[in-house]
This record gives sequence, C-alpha cells and structure tokens, in this order.
Amino acid sequence: MATAVAKKALTFQELLFTLQKFWAERGCVLQQPYDLEVGAGTMSPDTFLRVLGPKPIKIAYAQPSRRPADGRYGENPNRLFRHTQLQVILKPPPERVQELYLESLVAIGIDLREHDIKFEEDNWEWPVGGAWGVGWQVMLDGQEITQFTYFQQCGGMDLDPISGEITYGMERIAQFLQDVDSIYDIVWARDPETGAEMTYGDVRLHEEQQFSAYSFDYADVEKLWEHLRLYEAECLALAARAGTILHEDSDGKPQADALTVARFPTLGAYELALKCSHAFNLLDARGAISVTERVGVMARIRKLIVGVAQMYAEQEKLKASTGN
Amino acid sequence: MADLLFEIGLEEVPARMIAAAEAELLRRTVALLGRERLLPAGFDELAGAKSYSTPRRLAVLVQGVRERQEDVSEEVTGPAVKIAYKNGVATAAAEAFARKSGVAVADLKKVTTPKGEYLAATSVKAGRSAAEVIAAELPKEVGAIYWAKNMYWRAGKPERFVRPVLWLVCLLGEEVVPVSFGGKTAGRATFGHRVLASGEPFEIESPESYEAQLAGEYVLVDVEARRHKIRKALDHVTREIAGARWREDEALVDQVTHLTEWPTVLLGNFEPEYLVLPEEVLVTVMRDHQKYFAVEDAAGKLAPHFLTVLNISTDENSAAIIRQGNERVLRARFNDARFFWEFDQRVPLAERVKLLENVTFQKDLGSYAAKSERVRVLAAALAERVGGTVDAVALDEAGRLAKTDLTTELVKEFTELQGVIGGLYAKAQGVSQIACDAIYDQYTPASMDDGVPRSVEGALLGIADRADTIAGMFGLGMEPTGSKDPFALRRAANGIVKILAETELPLTLEPIVTLAAKDEATTEKMFAFFRERVGFYLREVRGQAYDVVAAVIGSERNADYLSVRDTVARAEAVSAARGGEDFAAVSAAFKRIKNILAQARYEASEGGFMLRESEGAEFALMQKAYDVAKQLAELREQRAYSAALAAIATIRPEVDAFFAEVMVMDPDLVVRQRRLMLLSTIVTNFSGIADFSEIVTAG
Repeated sequence: MATAVAKKALTFQELLFTLQKFWAERGCVLQQPYDLEVGAGTMSPDTFLRVLGPKPIKIAYAQPSRRPADGRYGENPNRLFRHTQLQVILKPPPERVQELYLESLVAIGIDLREHDIKFEEDNWEWPVGGAWGVGWQVMLDGQEITQFTYFQQCGGMDLDPISGEITYGMERIAQFLQDVDSIYDIVWARDPETGAEMTYGDVRLHEEQQFSAYSFDYADVEKLWEHLRLYEAECLALAARAGTILHEDSDGKPQADALTVARFPTLGAYELALKCSHAFNLLDARGAISVTERVGVMARIRKLIVGVAQMYAEQEKLKASTGN
Repeated sequence: MADLLFEIGLEEVPARMIAAAEAELLRRTVALLGRERLLPAGFDELAGAKSYSTPRRLAVLVQGVRERQEDVSEEVTGPAVKIAYKNGVATAAAEAFARKSGVAVADLKKVTTPKGEYLAATSVKAGRSAAEVIAAELPKEVGAIYWAKNMYWRAGKPERFVRPVLWLVCLLGEEVVPVSFGGKTAGRATFGHRVLASGEPFEIESPESYEAQLAGEYVLVDVEARRHKIRKALDHVTREIAGARWREDEALVDQVTHLTEWPTVLLGNFEPEYLVLPEEVLVTVMRDHQKYFAVEDAAGKLAPHFLTVLNISTDENSAAIIRQGNERVLRARFNDARFFWEFDQRVPLAERVKLLENVTFQKDLGSYAAKSERVRVLAAALAERVGGTVDAVALDEAGRLAKTDLTTELVKEFTELQGVIGGLYAKAQGVSQIACDAIYDQYTPASMDDGVPRSVEGALLGIADRADTIAGMFGLGMEPTGSKDPFALRRAANGIVKILAETELPLTLEPIVTLAAKDEATTEKMFAFFRERVGFYLREVRGQAYDVVAAVIGSERNADYLSVRDTVARAEAVSAARGGEDFAAVSAAFKRIKNILAQARYEASEGGFMLRESEGAEFALMQKAYDVAKQLAELREQRAYSAALAAIATIRPEVDAFFAEVMVMDPDLVVRQRRLMLLSTIVTNFSGIADFSEIVTAG
C-alpha cells in the first residue's frame, strides 16, 4: 500500500506550486521568500510589519526558516537546521477560513474522509517581537502539519483588524503524503521524461551538514558578539533618526516632508534587527549564552524589534495623513 | 410554556475550557430566566435544563419556559397631597405623576405616611414576552462567560470571545428568537460534523429534536454520551489483543471527549524494540505528546500498542491509512527518545555534577550546583532529626545527583519527566536503589492528587529541595502575592505539607523552616506561609470546614499547626465530635468565656486560689475542670483526641450551672479575679486540641 500512496503523492516542489497556486487563486499576492535569515515565516516583514495598521492584505510565500540549534548534521530523520514554511497571511481573516484551509489540503491530494483531522489549541507567542495570537495546531493522523494563528498583538500593539496566519510545515506534509520516515527521502522533483528522482537529501543534505557544523563547531563566538553589537548599534542609530523624522509637530502635522517620510528606511532598520536575532540564535546554538545573559540579550533584541514595529506603524500613519 | 434551545457555533474551542464554559452557559441561562420570572414555580434545574457541548458548539435546552412574564402591579408614591391639589384642583404635579404612572388623575389615591398625606397610584407593569426578554438579555450572558484566554476577531474589536462565533441557533418552541452576538443573529440553521456531514447548514425543527437531528449529522452533542462511547470503544478495540487492557487515564478520556464530535477508536502498534526504553518515557510520549492511550498486557507490563481516539468513522481502507500515519509519527518520536536515552548515557550523572555550575537556578541564588549543595546539607540535618531509619549515605548521594538530569537531552525534551529520568539514569548507572528511588520521587507529589514519595529518603530529599527554594525566594522578598506565584512556591509548600501529613516521617515544620531560612525575618514569613498552607491542605484535601480548621490550626504564636499529622488528627476528631449536643454547648460556652475574659481585659497572672465546697457551682466547676484536665493530659499524650473531646464535653453540666448561678463580674474585686482566673485556666487547659470558641454552633 505504501508504494501506491507514494506514486500518487506530489513531489516537494509540486506541493509548493500547488499550495501557492491555491492561495493565488483566492486572491493572495505571491511574495518571494525573504532573502535574509529568519527563524520563521512570521519574521518576514511581509507578516511581522504588514499585519500592523488598517490596510487589508492577502499574501502567501514560501519561507526557508533557519533555526541553528535544531541542526543535527543531517543525521536525524526528523530535524532540520533549515526547514520550509508556507506562510499565508489574511487580513482580515475571511469567514469560514478553516474551511478554506481544509480545501487547500484537498488540493494537495488529502481526502479528508480518509484522515483524522483535529484543530487543537496552540497559542503562539514571540516575546521578542511583542507578538502573540491564539489558534490551533492542525493535527492530521497524529502529525502536526499546520500552525493556525489569529494574531492579536504585534510589536506590543493591539491589532485592528487582526490577521489570520496559516503556516504549513512543508517537510512534514511531504513526508506524510509521500509516506517516508526520513525527511531526506522526500522526493523533491521527478523528471517528467526520465522519471529520475531528486530527493530532499540530494538537494539539501550538504547544507544541513555544513550549517550544523558552522553553528555548533566553527562559528567564532567573539565575532558573533561583535556582529550583534554592530547591527544593534546601526539599528539604534536609525531608530534615533526616526525619532525626529517620523514625528508630528504640535499641530499633528508631519515634521518632515512626505517624500522624506516615505523614504525613511524602517525596513532597513528591521533587517538590522533580524540580523541581531540570527546572531543571537547562532550564539545560542554555540552554547555561548549563559542562562543569566540570555534574558538580557533577549531584552536588547526585543527593544530593537518592538521599536521597529512602532516606527513602521508611525510611518504608515504619517504616510496615510499625507496621502502617500 | 415552551422549550428553549440555544446553540453557539464556534471555531474549535480549546478542549481544556469547554466543560466549564458549558456549565457556565447553563447556569447563566437558567439564572436569567429565573430572574426574569420566566420559569415555572418549583422549576427543577436538574430535570428541566440540560447543556451540551462539542469542540464546535455550546448549547443549552431549558424545558417549560413561560411564554411571557406575568404583569406586575405595584403601588408607587407621588407628590404630597398639599402640592398635588390647590383648592381641590389637581396641579401640574398631580398630572405629571398620573402620566408617569400610566393612570388617570381620577384614579390617583391618597395614602397616609409618617411624613404626611401623599398621592399614590397602582401602576401595572405589563410582562414582556419570553422572546423579547431572551433576545435582549441572553447576549449579555454569553458575553460574560469566562474564558482563560480569549480573542478579538471582528474589525473595530466589538467583543472578545474564545474563538470566532460562526452561527447561533435560538428556538423557543418552534419559533426563532433573534438573539444576536458576535455579529451573528440566531436562526434555526446549524452545522453537522466538519467532514462526515455535507458541510451545508441544516435546520433544527424544535428544541426536542436537537440531539437526534445532530446525531443524524454525525455529532454526538451530549458530552457524557461521547465519553461513554469512547470508553466502550477503547474496551472493544483492546479486545483484539488477547489479555490486554488499556491504561485507565481519566484526564485523557476527558480531553479526547472534548476534542471530538463523532469519536471512534483505532488500535495502532509500535516496534517491540522500543520497549527497551523506560515505560515512563514511552507513556509520556504517547499520552502527553500524542494523546494516545497506552496498552498493557495481563501482567500489567506495557505492550507495543496504542489507542488513538479519532474524530471520524473509518472503513478498512481509511483505518489503514490513519493507522499508518499515526504509527509513523510515534516511531519518529520514539526514535528521538531512544537517541537521547543512549546519547545521555555517554556522560554518567556523576560527571554531570560539575555541569550544574553552568545551570542557573536563580540569579541571586546561584547555580543548580550551589542549590544541590544546600539541599544536601539541609536533607542531612533533617535526617538527623528523624534519626535511626534513614540511610544517610544514600540520601547524600541522591542529593548530589538529584538535579543532574537537568543537563540531559531527554529532560530538555520531556521536562515533565525531570526527576523520573534522573532516577532511571541513576539506576542504569549502578547507583544504589535507595538513592535512585529518592531521585525519582523528588518532585512527588506533583499535585494534591498525586501520591507521596515511597521512601523516607525520597521524602526528605523532596522536603529539603522545596524548603530550600521557598527559603531562598522568601529571602529575596519574592513570596507569592494574591494570584501571583510565578515560582510556584505555594505548590512547593503544599508538597511539603502533604508529605508530612501522609507519610510516617517523624518530622514537624519547625526544623524544616528554621534550618532552611537564613535569617529571622525569613523564618517568620515562612512560618506564617506554612500555617496558611496547612489550612489549605485541611480544607481542600481533607475537606475540613473553615471553623474546624480555625479551631485546630492555632495562632502563629502557639503554632499548633507545626506538627502536620497531629493537626490533621485533631481536625478529624473535632469534625467527628462537633455534631454532639454537649460539644456544641461547650463550644458556645467557650465563646462566652472568651468574651468575658476579653471584656474584663483579663491577663493571666501567677498565683492560686482556694475555694470551699460551700461556694457551690463555682467549686463544682473547679473540681470538674481539674479532673477533666488530668484526664485530658493523658489522652493527649496518647493522641486519643476523640476520647479527649468526649471528656471535654462532660464538663457541660458544671459550666451551665456555673453560668446560671454565678456572676463572674462580682463587685468584690478579689472574687471577680478568682472567677476570671478559673475561667482562664479552663480555656488554657482545654484548648490544647482545638480552640473551641472558633467552632460555629447553631443558634
């Protein structure tokens, strides 16, 4: 039976196409993966910043997500340094959004009548981003395949309207559909002419080996601390300038002209904050952060990320008031 | 009369919150109908009202709701007659009052009050229809339901609820009541099972047909019916394996009941090779991470099977697919666990002691290495108090290794197994059985429903560990306040109290507190804290009444609570005795005596007094008190508290006669002082078991 299932099942890349097509057909803008190290699709500015403010959005994108401490040198069949999330953001979430999600499972070949699906409480929290939401982990035959979250706060700010976030764990879904015990056995692509298969291992194993080694064994702790300090300093410098440029005068008018406001690089500041977050994760994987230090460093990064979110909200407000 | 049905359709509600919310919706609905005079006289909530829930809905059904409120007439008083009429003609004041009361001026009456003559009117308030009241009031009750965590979902944030509301059904008899909440207005359309039913809404015909109609759409809406179905199915499916039983787990049954609308049970298997892993680890993976029931063979040993509760019905084909999926997930998790189990053993616990220096316990209290050292010393000191039976060497070894499992991968993965895993590793590494068991049991009891450590060494280690944490945090001024107890210090103290109460350990709170606390201020705060915790234990775990607890626990000064087991025994004796008539009378008398002493500002003084037989009731009471006190001293010594209380109750006739015949506050100061001294002596001598003045007596 296992082979019968495997033949029908979509390859890893077909899965990505199919889900993206599904959401594109339901009005989502397909965004490219964010080209910076992030631990989750949520950290991409397309989610973290764009859920702020009143503007409706519908976006979907695949996001490679790096978690240095989860690396296992490619030796554990179920854990990865870098996994793939398919992220969908719906602001505001449409009525019966769960049904929409279930339709997407049908689209990738899951017959709902042949499986056990449960929505089990799982709330999400990212203290460093001042962000939290409530939702579920979606369980398919005992496997968590999706994280479903209604964002309530971001950057310490209440959201209105809220956003619905659907995060598919692509490797898990592929393992499930293709019925393979190891991530590395997932069929990534199949040549339509020759039928030759490229597996997940063929495509990605070397990355897992090398980045695990880098995170655990090679990364220079002193240099990482220095990176963290440098990125932090630059982010704080931008924040200081935002304090004057993204500011209203006593009449409630922007202090700077519309173009200066629109061009202020909040997104640049956010990238610097993300760089800090990644440096922190590497230091953590390297075992270089003691429990006592941990709280302090997290507070520093929180200050950057929450600060940027507030900058972004302020900038959007000013842009709206000047008609930009 | 008509039946009321109200259903709230929701996106999946967290399983842990459903039961309480269902009960609250029922309570609120019945209370509302009662308050609004819409329930028949003598309405029986148990027979006449019922509640339902699934992950996707909460519902109530109330039978025999009145169709409208009765009209109410009430007499209202208006302006004074002398203002209402001028020269016999009604003034504007009279007219306004008549208008307000809805009667003609001619129908106004005059009433005489202590303040003079006033106008009055009988105003009839027309009853509202049940539908009108329900539509207006029920939404407020829904909005007031408590949720541990709730959310906004609509733009403009008009309301918070546990999850978005998808639909509402409200029927009074066969009529729709348009109740609105969360942007939805009730109709008669509901939804069946997400997958098994069509996905299209269908209409509920009447409240009586609700349960059956939903069952037709694959929703077992009655929680107890679902629980019953699950238990039956677990039994049934387990029979496929000869001699096997599923491991009873009430909490898990409850959880899966609230995760399903149409439950069925599926048996899965895992490779027997995983049985080399400790049962504790396998069961934790299955129960906590996968919500599977474990299966055991006839001898009670874990068998390589599991049971999972599905929210769908299956045929052979789908059962095979679902089984295969679940088995793969479990295999992956067991693989991880086995990897950690083997990986961790490469560094034995003894070598991990020094790793604890890098694990912070609390920033001002140092590392776990420092904590382990303190716990070791404290446990040894307590062991000395306990004496003879303690294996001091094993206890010391256990204290040294107790926290080392915090550095293992397996505990990082399964934090709920800390201690247990340490005990298992210690055993695999040849540590003495007594030390292994003590490490294993160090966090027992985890809750008030849990057991106590199996050995005296385990008990001492657990007490020392918790006392050290409490003393450390109190020393830093981080004691719990109100609902805030971030370090779970109350739970830690409860654990100590439970161990002292439920083991034979000859130990009181006194050395535990004084040896653990670093200074006088901490000692005092800890004593007060433990006194409150002993009270909590007596009330919540032993079910003792408030007044009994107050009577036996004593003041902070006389510290009756320090010997926990003795306090429990005294509470039980008082509880058993309190029903007796003589006991109640003696309790009342003690209250009276205490009041007299307080009013007289009596302070105990040295010295004695002489009485002659001629002094009647006073002499008799003194004699009796002396006899009983002697008896009491012996009975207390033997901890024969029931007999002691019976002895105390025998003093009743003398006390009654004394109060009937003797005036305590005699004008002669010497006599007065003598009588006060007698009463004070009685109170002091007789309060050793309980302070009877705390007992609440009828009348």
